[in-house]
Parts: sequence; structure tokens; C-alpha cells
Amino acid sequence: MDSLPHKNNPVKLEVSDVAVRYDGRTVLSGVTFDVHEHEIFGIIGPANSGKTSFLKTVNRMDIFNPAMSFTGRIRFNGKDIRKWRNVYSLRKRIGVVFPLPVGLPLTVYENVALAPRLAGVTRRVELDIIVERCLARAALWDEVKDRLDSLGSLLSGGQQQRLTIARALSQDPEMLMLDEFSIAVDPVTTMRIEDVLKELKKEMSIILVTNLVQQARRLADRTALFLNGEVVEVGLTDDLFSGLVQDQRTQDYLDGRFG
Amino acid sequence: MFDASALNIRNRKVEGLFRILFMLMTGLLILPVAIILAVLAWKGGSVVNMTFLFTNPTEGMTSGGIFPALIGTVWLVSVALLFSVPLGVAAAIYLSEYARDNWFTRIINLAIINLAGVPSIVHALFGVGAFVLFFRFGTSILAASLTLGIMTLPVVIVSTRESLQAVPMAFREACWNMGATKWQTIWKIVLPNSISGILTGIILEVSRTAGETAPVMFTGAAFFLPQLPQSIFDQTMAMSLHLFVIATQVPGVPENLPYGVAFVLIAMVLTMNSLSIAFRVYLRGRKKW
Repeated sequence: MDSLPHKNNPVKLEVSDVAVRYDGRTVLSGVTFDVHEHEIFGIIGPANSGKTSFLKTVNRMDIFNPAMSFTGRIRFNGKDIRKWRNVYSLRKRIGVVFPLPVGLPLTVYENVALAPRLAGVTRRVELDIIVERCLARAALWDEVKDRLDSLGSLLSGGQQQRLTIARALSQDPEMLMLDEFSIAVDPVTTMRIEDVLKELKKEMSIILVTNLVQQARRLADRTALFLNGEVVEVGLTDDLFSGLVQDQRTQDYLDGRFG
Repeated sequence: MFDASALNIRNRKVEGLFRILFMLMTGLLILPVAIILAVLAWKGGSVVNMTFLFTNPTEGMTSGGIFPALIGTVWLVSVALLFSVPLGVAAAIYLSEYARDNWFTRIINLAIINLAGVPSIVHALFGVGAFVLFFRFGTSILAASLTLGIMTLPVVIVSTRESLQAVPMAFREACWNMGATKWQTIWKIVLPNSISGILTGIILEVSRTAGETAPVMFTGAAFFLPQLPQSIFDQTMAMSLHLFVIATQVPGVPENLPYGVAFVLIAMVLTMNSLSIAFRVYLRGRKKW
């Protein structure tokens, strides 16, 4: 029983009635929920249900994609993300991990040092500290400490995914969003990353999009089911998995009864 | 049961046939290049020596060297590159990284394609009208190089844009999600990973610029000019025009002299190309994904 008292923690992200469109085609609508601090908020659902679009919206990727737009209101730290003067500082506070590990074609060290460098950290000593700390927190330091100068893209898939987590941590985010991080990762590494997430939860909010129902069950305090562009249900993970569901479709999905 | 059926055998035969067919086609492609190089080396190689490279033409260009033309071509190519590379790369970055897909962008793209299709003689006449007369650069290296630059701009833009777009979108997104601006992303991630492709465009441009005759003929290259150009406002000789002149316009040129000039011209281009290719290989060796 690790976490019911999410309600006692302050709200990190408030989402109310958000809809996302691409070129006028609605891919997601009616999204309303809060994400609290020190909470892992799981989002499950089949492909094309709008999970990734939601993450992109939170990070204001619509600015760089003219086809994409959203309505409704999202508040981060109580502030409307549309009114965030500097979208880059918003993005720095929200780390993202993608489904397929994106090892930037830089050395392991530079992969992690990139965000601090962009933020203006230039002293090697400081960077060294950040790189070691982030790699250690992503459970990768021991494996790569002797090859920091080799290319990040030469690491194995599981190592690269932990590298992307280290990179996301290097910007010192207040919230971490993971998009199906375990797709290209072996089960052992998946477990290691899950342990990492449980640790990280003590310091930040985490939104975990996953296609693995059991992963949500293992990690998430609360879970939302996205289905065909709508949010079918948001509830305590323990409730959902003990049959306390509001919507029959949730039960069907959790039972694997969807085609 | 595992014996090859008649169909299997036929498929295998057809497969072999096509393999050989495509191989022959490729071989055919290399043949002209090989023949050109061989003929030039055979007929012109004997003419080429240090004196040929570093002295002026004499006796009404029927003997002597090609030094002014050699230097002139280096001038023309360098100034043209100084103009077209920054402009072309900047335009390509805009089109690939910033421009939205709207009618304005489409018109620009259409213009670039059309610019690439304009015959070089038309560029030459444009150069005369615009640079020689309107901007009053006169027939000069500057006018000729600008004409060459405009002519080769589409090559630089298109090849640069293609190599920028060959950088996976995921790299950009990963960078943006860290709070990087578009320019930071371009500078740190996109450009370093597309530099070898951009160089390819420049290689192509160098080859083309060095060999073009028509655009320089009216805008800045002289028939015969025994002294070297002192500035970009001077006229100059050029290898390509020199070759044209001694091959067709001057009577009594020994047969192997034009071959020698052609040989040097092609050797120049190949040298520049191999330098760029070496640089590309070096860069690519350091980048892997």
C-alpha cells in the first residue's frame, strides 16, 4: 500500500476540458483531471486513442506544429500554459521520454550535458556533477562510467532508454512524462526503470503513458483510460483493478476484451 | 519435396538475368567517364607539366601555359561559393526548419525548381543585364561569380534541404522537449548531422561552376588576358572559356593543347571533389546513428 494520499499533495497539473485537433480533425476531447505532486499518473489505452497527443499538448508542442491546436485549459503550477511567457522554460520543467529511445548522435556525456549546456551551464566541474548524478539516478552510471565519451547511439536499446531518462532528468524537471517507454526495452531493464520511477516519484510528478495494463497497475497511483479520443475513466488504480469501475469499457479493456 | 520446382528454377533464372542486366547498365554508366579520363590523360597528359601550369599563353595562345586561366577559375569558383553557400544554406534552413507549408512556401519551392531548370545561357544574359549593366559591376569577376552563384543556388538549396530533412524528426523533438529553441536545435543537432550532405551539394556546385562557359563568357571572362586579375572588379581568363577558345576560335593550335587544358580542368574538379569527399568520410566516421 504505497500511495493513496495523493489528495494530500498539491496539484501539479490541472487539465480541464482539453481537446486536441490536427488540421481540424479532433483526436482527443473532454480531458479533465488533475495530476498531483509525488504521484504517478498512469494513462492506458490502445493505439490512436490520443495519449501521445495529450503529452505533446502539455509540452506546448503545438507551437512547433502548425497543424496541431488545442482548446480547453491546462495549468502547470497553477499557471495557464498558454500564458506561460517563455515556452522553453515550461518545457525545461517537464521532462519527456519517448517510446523509442532517442540517443542523440552525441557522446553519452554530451547527451546528458546538452540540456544544462543549453541552459547556460559551461563549467566542466558543474557539468560533471550533473552528468554523474543524472546517470546514477537513471540506474545507468555503473554501466557507462568508463565509456562516457563513446557515442550514445552505440549503447544497447535498454541503456539508451535509460540514457534518455538521464537526459530528461538533466534539465531538473518538476514533472516527468513517459510515453510507452518500455516498448523497445527488455523486461529486466523495464523492471529497473520502474524501480527508478518509484524513486523519482518522491521528488516529482510523473505521467506514465503505457500500453501495458500491468505496468500501470504496478506503478500508477491513479490511472486514466483513453479510448478513441476520449477519457473513459479516471480512478484510483487499486479501485480499477479491484473491479470498482464506473464504465463497462474500462472493465473490458482491463480484462483484455478489446479487439 | 524439397526439390526445386519448375517455377522456382524459372524465378531463379529471371533473378539472375535482371541482376546481370542492372549490373551492365551500371557498367555502361561508368564507361563514358572512364573513356573521357583515359583519352584526356593519353592525349593531353604529355602537355601538362609545371611550365604549362605556371606560365602565360604565348604566340596567340598556340603555345605556352595556362596560368592566368587557372587562377581565373579559382577566383570565379571561390567568389561564387562565397555568395551561394551562405545564401543557399540559409534558405534551405529556413525552408526545412522554419517555413510552414503554405502557398508562400510552395511558390518558393516552385521558384527553386524552375531556377534549376533555366538554361545556363539564359543565366548568362540575366547576369549581363543585372550585374554587368544594372549594378554597373562591368564585365568582372564579381559579375561572373554572381551569375555562377545564382545559377548554382538551386543545387545548394535542394541538396542542403534534403540533408537537413534526413536528420530524424525524433532528434529535433527530443531537443525541443528539453527546452531548446529551434535555432539551438539546428546548431547543436541538425547541422552537425547534415554537414556531410551539405558538403555534397557544394561539391556538385564546385564541379559545375568550374566547368561552366556560357555564364562567364559575357559577364567576366576574357578571351585573352596575359596578366592576373588584381581584384574582383577585374576581368579574368577562365579555364572553361580558354578551352572553348583554343579548341574552336584560334587557328593553328597544336592538337594536344586543348586536351591538356581539358585534362587540367577535370583534374582540378576531381581534386576539389576528392578533398570534399575525404572531409565527408572523416565527418561521417565520427557520427553514427
